[in-house]
Amino acid sequence: MAQEDPSARRRYFWRISLFDRILHGVLMASFLGLAATGLPIKLNWAPWATALAQAMGGLGTILFLHKVSAVALTLCFFTHLVHVGWMALVERRRGLFWGPGSLVPQPKDLVDLYGNVKWFLGLGPKPRFDRFTYWEKFDYWAVFWGMFIIGTSGFVLWFSEFFARFLPGWMFNVALIVHSEEALLAVWFIFTIHFFNAHLRPEKFPMDLVIFTGRVSGEELREERPLEFERLVRSGRLGDLETRPPERWLRNFGRLLGLSVVVTGFVLFTLTILAFS
Amino acid sequence: MRSTARAVVWTAVLVLALGARPARGGENDEMCLACHGVEGVTAPDGRSLFVGAAAYGASEHAGLDCTSCHAGVSGPHEEPPAHLGPQVCAACHRDVVSIYDRSVHGRARAAGGTDAATCTSCHGSPHAVAKVTDPTSPVYPLNLPRTCGVCHGDRALAERHGIPVADAYQLYMDSIHGRAVSRGGLLVAANCSSCHGAHDILPANDPDSKVFRTNIPATCGRCHAGVENAYLQGSHGDALHAGRRDAPVCIDCHGAHRIQNVTAPGWQVATVSECGSCHTESRATFRDSFHGQITGLGFTVVARCPDCHEAHRVLPASDPRSSIAPAHLVDTCRKCHPAANVNFVAYRPHADVRDRARNPGLWAVALSMRMLLVGVFVFFGVHTVLWLLRSLRESRGRR
Repeated sequence: MAQEDPSARRRYFWRISLFDRILHGVLMASFLGLAATGLPIKLNWAPWATALAQAMGGLGTILFLHKVSAVALTLCFFTHLVHVGWMALVERRRGLFWGPGSLVPQPKDLVDLYGNVKWFLGLGPKPRFDRFTYWEKFDYWAVFWGMFIIGTSGFVLWFSEFFARFLPGWMFNVALIVHSEEALLAVWFIFTIHFFNAHLRPEKFPMDLVIFTGRVSGEELREERPLEFERLVRSGRLGDLETRPPERWLRNFGRLLGLSVVVTGFVLFTLTILAFS
Repeated sequence: MRSTARAVVWTAVLVLALGARPARGGENDEMCLACHGVEGVTAPDGRSLFVGAAAYGASEHAGLDCTSCHAGVSGPHEEPPAHLGPQVCAACHRDVVSIYDRSVHGRARAAGGTDAATCTSCHGSPHAVAKVTDPTSPVYPLNLPRTCGVCHGDRALAERHGIPVADAYQLYMDSIHGRAVSRGGLLVAANCSSCHGAHDILPANDPDSKVFRTNIPATCGRCHAGVENAYLQGSHGDALHAGRRDAPVCIDCHGAHRIQNVTAPGWQVATVSECGSCHTESRATFRDSFHGQITGLGFTVVARCPDCHEAHRVLPASDPRSSIAPAHLVDTCRKCHPAANVNFVAYRPHADVRDRARNPGLWAVALSMRMLLVGVFVFFGVHTVLWLLRSLRESRGRR
């Protein structure tokens, strides 16, 4: 087995842990819940907004669902922070905050961006990426920043009477602007750019199942993340990551769930555009 | 037909000649009722000429001889007597008829309008006329809307005479006043004459009309005295008395004929637009706020204009009596936010983030958020399009 080509199409390697996939699932569900209940409020002048709010069960229901989703996403955010802290302090995992396998932007990411644009324009070869590409890091930090900004402002608005004990009144004006604008940015970004980068571009169309199965094939790993692949081969750790191909039920589950989310997201995106047109 | 009439007249003459004895009334009345008291008696054109002796006897006019009104008719007559109009009623009801003559109906009559209401249009037949307090009277409060509605619910008639509100009756019957009358039988509910008057009805553009703009608060105030008082203390009442024709009066927010219950959600949401028809900037900034967003969705559980500014005694924040004066703001916000404090009410519900001069800080926050949004999408828009084109080319090359 060890001599067999590790980049074979039918050999699979772990990329995303079950823990992170579950967190992503909670993130996905709560984000959709927040978007579906928040957008009608923000874009209340659109004819669909009233219909959607009524269809979901009226004001009491949409505010309740918005708050439930907010709590779920907040828990998700802090669970992730604790997990990162655990990996750093307890597991003493190295390269977490700096290095080729880190999600923290590296100088190489700028070089990769430059190289990728050159490749888009046919002026050079495709850059050789490591564990996380620069657009994946952007996705991660955009969500991180977004959750912090939208979450903080959201709680300030939710518990305005409490926060008024120590925050000045203009903070509520700022919170409302920031909550609403950042949310629109998040919704548009996730439902267009993230969907394209992760799923809808021709290489991945219609869906990259890795976020559901957690696994990539050896071929994919070598093609898309050659530096990580080579590092794993060199260090001999690739074998530790090897696993069975994803089960059919898991792939079908991923396809069904992923497709529903992409379609829902696309519908919500179209509705926001309709409201502004 | 003509021969029928002739036969009736000769029958009457015959009956009288035979000395038939009338039951009551003057000698003249007996003679008249000999023909007109016979059920089924008609004019050549088919109009009923029947006068029920019993109904007449029970009417307010019971003491009058026929000739009191039908002067000049002394015996059996083949030709119809002269047409009777308000001038005949004026013999007794002189003051009322002179008021009527100056009314919109009286003037239209004088100008030759045959559709315009006269005494009988509203009071019914003079042979059965009843007091306004009599439930059988067409002008009894519960019957009046239907009586006026004969004309003021007739679109064709309204169109012929340029009456501005063609369906006043239909609108009124849907109103809180109309429902109080039709469902509750409430005698004190406003009916047509409560606002428009009875004999003295004038068009709304006549400064003496009860429904002329500047007279409306006083007209509504005849029942809604407390509200009128609050209104007169507020800026809107001040402006009206200062002669500003665009100052809002009762009907601008509540409507005229179709006044709704103030708890009706549709009406509550619509009042925001009504306030906003003058206060355009405040409407725009209200829409930016959470209160405005929820109102925009059609829900009424959040604050709208009157919840903070009062509905009738609307005053600027600079007036110490105002609900939004600094001294009262905490109490006003606490109506919905029980724990509101000084910091809480320092929130500026109408701050315009687009106004750089007045709100530089908020303007900068809004602008930076917008720039972030534009920046992200310009960058990733270009990135995505270039990537898509490259990927399509690559996959075509592979095939």
